[in-house]
Amino acid sequence: MTSFAPSSAVFPAHAAQHPELAPLTNTDVERIRNDFPVLHQTVNGHPLVYLDSGATSQNPISVMEAEQEYYEQRNAAVHRGAHTLAVEATEVFEAARDKVAAFVGAEADEIVWTSNATEAINLLAYSFSNASLGLGGPAARRFSLGAGDEIVVTEMEHHANLIPWQQLALRTGATLRFIPVLDDGTLDLLSAADVVGQHTRLLAFTHGSNVTGTINPVAELVALARKVGALVVLDACQTVPHLPVNVKALDVDFAVFSGHKMLGPTGIGVLFGKAELLAEMPPFLTGGSMITTVNMQTAEFLAPPQRFEAGTQRISQAIALAAAVDYLSETGMERVAAWEAQLGQRLVAGVAEISGVRLLGPGLGVERLGLAAVDVAGVHAHDVGQFLDDAGIAVRVGHHCAQPLHRRLGVTASTRASTYLYNTTDEVDLFLATLAEVAPFFGVKP
Amino acid sequence: MSDLQQLYQTIILEHAKTRHGAVELAPLAEAVSRGAASGLSVAESHQINTTCGDEITLRVSIDTETVTELVWTGEGCSISQASASILTDTLRGLSTAEARALLDNFREMLRSRGKIEPDEEILGDAAAFGGVSRYPARVKCAMLPWVAFEAALIEAESR
Repeated sequence: MTSFAPSSAVFPAHAAQHPELAPLTNTDVERIRNDFPVLHQTVNGHPLVYLDSGATSQNPISVMEAEQEYYEQRNAAVHRGAHTLAVEATEVFEAARDKVAAFVGAEADEIVWTSNATEAINLLAYSFSNASLGLGGPAARRFSLGAGDEIVVTEMEHHANLIPWQQLALRTGATLRFIPVLDDGTLDLLSAADVVGQHTRLLAFTHGSNVTGTINPVAELVALARKVGALVVLDACQTVPHLPVNVKALDVDFAVFSGHKMLGPTGIGVLFGKAELLAEMPPFLTGGSMITTVNMQTAEFLAPPQRFEAGTQRISQAIALAAAVDYLSETGMERVAAWEAQLGQRLVAGVAEISGVRLLGPGLGVERLGLAAVDVAGVHAHDVGQFLDDAGIAVRVGHHCAQPLHRRLGVTASTRASTYLYNTTDEVDLFLATLAEVAPFFGVKP
Repeated sequence: MSDLQQLYQTIILEHAKTRHGAVELAPLAEAVSRGAASGLSVAESHQINTTCGDEITLRVSIDTETVTELVWTGEGCSISQASASILTDTLRGLSTAEARALLDNFREMLRSRGKIEPDEEILGDAAAFGGVSRYPARVKCAMLPWVAFEAALIEAESR
């Protein structure tokens, strides 16, 4: 996979750089859908329209086969034991790491497996917490936090990229500050320049919002952090599955994403960390498989990534995730991104046509992810979701693990349709047509 | 009637709009002392449905054996709002024992996954929630105010 400038990666222009890969069409998508058995079913008497990939994506057959093949042919504990199966299991496990690393432009030893993105962020927070207690020695001092230090997040974060930092602040005495969100669901970058200041030690923000679909200007935010010597943590859960992402080109220190949102299985997430930083960080989880020498009172630890992978690993999940990465790479992330950008704009344009329905986040023509969260005036999101489900349309309702953002936008809950490479324009249109019927059904006059 | 119409019966959609018993609650301490002056025990319970963020605060006033007043504030889906509205109409004026029996019947019906037909003789308008029992994800919505009532009643009786 070649590297791409992330902020401009969403638009179809990129497909032109790879003339061998023509932009995706509905015909291509119909072919893609054949690889996803779960999509071919009826729900409440209607063909399933799955528009909840922002929460979790579906698995192609190749991903499920990879997991099954592993269990049928190679299952063994990795990085221990000298028997043939153990060696083979270790090889495919590490090959999976190579593949995922290449997918995001990282080196293999910069990729740490976790259970999910939430655990990846907690790994960072607890490692920094341990560094603040003096663990890891002088080398880890750069991660140590205390009174007077500031951690900066944004008002649009998923709870997974908020609460671990709140807790880290509580444990260390550091202060948590945030970059506010504007009415249109984008970050207030003028304020950002004030919030990120000389006391900022850490800046954690999402690459793309799971609610508003906003794609944040990573370069601009990284520049603010660099100016004050702060570390940068990028939540890439909503972007790695959907856009070409190169962590080196983005120049972030850490990035996290989860397998199940990118056609992979549940139970696996990824932490990327720059090699020189991981090398100095104290471990979070400790135990077997992460040590060199153990005495009754002390232990020495392996180099990254093993230092951060205590206990038996998620082997089959890592291998299945590599199969998901193959599937995405073969399709072409530029094409995936361009297709979803098109679906996203179709959603936004369609929502604008329905009176009494408010779109959260950037409007038509503005770069955004292929999702749309809406508020139907006078109808609670739960009821909207029920009405859509009755028509076989699966969407997410509620606060989508982003209560502060919903509060900022003046709603308690919203209804979100989120697309992926297997969604057609017809499905988007059906969602929009059904959404337009919601208010009349509940007797709300638009 | 489609499943969806069964779930969202007209009476439910009407109550979700009219919200009987929904008021701006005065401070609890004030309500407790005012109640005490007229021989009533007043207590309230705050309940949150963590899956959707719906919440309700329901306040109960009882004399020695009767539910004399029910008021609430909260926000949520039409099922939870209608449930709170119908609860106030249904339970106000009942003895605490009758209210508990009705609550048990309501809960059993809701948790039956559609197997128990609601008994209109016992439940009155609350029988309209029979359709909800076929939607396990929505049972919590309908139960929310009733759980608040149950907790507030215990509290009021202990005062």
